[in-house]
Amino acid sequence: MKLQEYTASAHNFEECMKCTICTAYCPVVPVNPRYPGPKQAGPDGERLRLKDPYFFNQALKYCLNCKRCEVVCPSGVKVADIIQSARMKYGNEQPRLRDRMLASTDFMGSVARPFAPLVNGVTGLGITKTVLDATFAIDRHRTFPKYSGRSFERWLKRRSKEQAKFDKQVAYFHGCYVNYNYPQLGKDFVKVMNALGIGVQLLEKEKCCGVALIANGMYKKATKNAEHNVVALQKAVDAGLTVLTTSSTCTMTMREEYPELLKVDNAGVRDSILLATRYIWQLLESGAATLKFKENYRARIAYHTPCHLERLGWGIFSTELLKMIPGVEFTMLDSNCCGISGTYGFKKENYEASQAIGKPLFDQIKSVNPDFVACDCETCKWQLEMSTGYTVKHPISILAEAIED
Amino acid sequence: MKRNEYDVIIVGGGITGAGTARDCAMRGLKVLLIERHDIATGATGRNHGLLHSGARYAVTDQESANECIRENMILRRIASHCVDETDGFFITLPEDDLNYQAKFVESCLAAGIPAEIVDPKDALRMEPSLNPELIGAVKVPDGSVDPFRLCAANMVDAKLHGAQVLLYTEVTGFIKNGDRIVGVKTYNHQTHKSGEYYAHITVNAAGIWGQHIADLAGVKIGMFPAKGALLIFAHRVNGIVINRCRKPANADILVPGDTVCIIGTTSTKIPFEECDGVRVTPEEVNLLVEEGAKLAPALASTRILRAYAGVRPLVSADNDPSGRNISRGIVCLDHEQRDGLKGFITITGGKLMTYRLMAEMATDMVCRKLSIDKACETAEIPLPGAGVQSFREVAEKIWENPTTVQKAVAGRLGTGAARVQAADSLDQSLICECEEVSVGEINSAIERLDVSGLTDLRRRTRVGMGTCQGELCGCRAAGLLAKAHGCTDRAREDLKEFMTERWKGMYPIGWGDALREAEYTQWVYKHVLGV
Repeated sequence: MKLQEYTASAHNFEECMKCTICTAYCPVVPVNPRYPGPKQAGPDGERLRLKDPYFFNQALKYCLNCKRCEVVCPSGVKVADIIQSARMKYGNEQPRLRDRMLASTDFMGSVARPFAPLVNGVTGLGITKTVLDATFAIDRHRTFPKYSGRSFERWLKRRSKEQAKFDKQVAYFHGCYVNYNYPQLGKDFVKVMNALGIGVQLLEKEKCCGVALIANGMYKKATKNAEHNVVALQKAVDAGLTVLTTSSTCTMTMREEYPELLKVDNAGVRDSILLATRYIWQLLESGAATLKFKENYRARIAYHTPCHLERLGWGIFSTELLKMIPGVEFTMLDSNCCGISGTYGFKKENYEASQAIGKPLFDQIKSVNPDFVACDCETCKWQLEMSTGYTVKHPISILAEAIED
Repeated sequence: MKRNEYDVIIVGGGITGAGTARDCAMRGLKVLLIERHDIATGATGRNHGLLHSGARYAVTDQESANECIRENMILRRIASHCVDETDGFFITLPEDDLNYQAKFVESCLAAGIPAEIVDPKDALRMEPSLNPELIGAVKVPDGSVDPFRLCAANMVDAKLHGAQVLLYTEVTGFIKNGDRIVGVKTYNHQTHKSGEYYAHITVNAAGIWGQHIADLAGVKIGMFPAKGALLIFAHRVNGIVINRCRKPANADILVPGDTVCIIGTTSTKIPFEECDGVRVTPEEVNLLVEEGAKLAPALASTRILRAYAGVRPLVSADNDPSGRNISRGIVCLDHEQRDGLKGFITITGGKLMTYRLMAEMATDMVCRKLSIDKACETAEIPLPGAGVQSFREVAEKIWENPTTVQKAVAGRLGTGAARVQAADSLDQSLICECEEVSVGEINSAIERLDVSGLTDLRRRTRVGMGTCQGELCGCRAAGLLAKAHGCTDRAREDLKEFMTERWKGMYPIGWGDALREAEYTQWVYKHVLGV
């Protein structure tokens, strides 16, 4: 044993130099005085909690888990992980029915999907919103994402034979949003991949990545999902497939949260999980494949980087890809959390904070006045569409509409 | 009685002096306590903060062991807010003799110490930081005790019972009347004024410096200065005290104290002249880390906050060069009987956690000499702040939904936390972020606890004792002190001394994250604050 060779113990919080840059960059601190900020809630708090669990502070629930603290930390402290782990270890608040509903994205999706027109009609009604607000504390300003009548999985399964014809293959982790709410993004993804000469397969059976479960305190279920997904991902990887995703949050969860937070070993699959934009950009950049773009495509696009994509450090792939499209006038929006953070902004108690966090971003979008906004995250999309009125498109969907049919 | 005449003068503001002042004052005496620095600056503030069960001494010294377990139980009652009832393990490692365990348990039980053999696997479950290679474990009622808080609480209570306290005042000589000490000559290091104070009895409670005080009085005490070095780790690695189940040796106790844990000690004989400026050597640091990692392997990679050393106030009894075999027992000397010098007694030896018994013995002697017949009550009457067992209970009694800072202050001051101003957001805002010390707590300490500078403030509130070692709190606290004392120049000078003193403890362990932190601190102070 080498004594004191590394002073980084199992407790990564010790590397904190108390510079407080995490708190300066935290989007919640300026809008919610009840939140002690990442430094206090994370490394400082952990030291106290190790002394006595009584030091656990319920205000940790105000953390968005946006991970901006981890992005800015010069010492590599996993601040948000420390906070989420503390919630897992010491938090004793049981998730409410509302939280369970919001967190169970795949369960709700599978129940709602067969009755999609009815569900969509009802959730959009003013009276429903009032009832949800009053009984479940889901803020009345929010509209539930619409459910699709046919799941993406079914759509792709019907096309599995034609997809199998391609020499090159990738696996696709579509996530709950694509499957139940917005299969069009999945279809756009398949269109782009096919145009690149690549066929798309489903994983054997994917489950929700678990991010909403983690955020709502349903850790056991999240861990179960993670264990299931790692097995499914491993099968694809063993078959020589790269697993592509279109959701930056699902990607961050499967790559980072599984081992760090849920303690589920993903070493065998982690490096094979890639965001589609990164994979495609590398193909195009290296010249290994080409896309034929429409000649008359014109669009003024403002791009918003989702926080979890910033944590991955991969925003550059999405933006460079968009800039490759001829006829695109590109504006990079300032780094700023939109405030929704998955299910966080849906909760009545967080609505005001959520909108206050996103305000600078909303204002900037309005002043740029693009044709539409681009973003890799589904929940940022809901937030920006609701708060600005601008349409938000996924970079893959933009690619799909810019290439020749 | 004149203004500067007292029944008893106590020399020394460590735990022994503070405890004796409290006991004397509670028995109705007019008391003056004189300390040349601040409270708890000597051995009181420079030890493990271990609430011994006595098990460590059970095999070699039954008398000390028995004293320990009795005082241990008393302190849990009267100083509940200073004590953390963690329990302790005595572990046997493969290199130790497991046969020692039986003898150890037998001796503990004989001394009245509950000692229970625990299966190593169960011990690991209860304390996961233990060396997994252990082959034996015995559970005993060890604990940790905060020496600064304990000393301050005794001081406060002494004053509540009418005692007077002079800090930063050094005894420079004695006033004699024939074969009787009738008073002391003093010099105040802050006002630079000399003084004279009179009393029927003077108690020498100056710890290792008692040798010097005795010299001034004209009697000889042969002290045995044994330096002990310790390391503070940045967080609690263990929740239960870990000892080695073998004959007491170097670096074989790991104590979880407040937010940190402390490994120690070493034992080196030093000349008396060096007692004032002990420093920790690289060899001592190595030994502490090496031996410490045998108790809890995590210590090999845990950030170290600082190193410090104290000098045990032992009275030499034999020629053993290591100082380990000298009794840790209490020595109470009546110099009238011993040396024919009336009006002078010395109380020394002992341990932090037997201070109350030492104080009782000294006070009994004082009372005998003054023909006062009043029984000691310090074992029954709780110290200010004590009385409620858990700080959770304290916090929730005072506040409906205690915040982190309120929980922290309840942990430090016990029921006394109710007095800390927390009315508005300024009072509740943080000065020290690592240890959660609020503006209100600092102001209350400045008001009530004889604080003249930042270092004094640290001993009373833990400001600057956390991971950042003064990086964020030093300047803020200096601001509050400047306001309270109405002098910014003094506060600036004070801040410099405080940061230098923080650096002194970091220097011996200046590597890794501790060094990065120190560099960053220097950058903040020099380039951001311009000091």
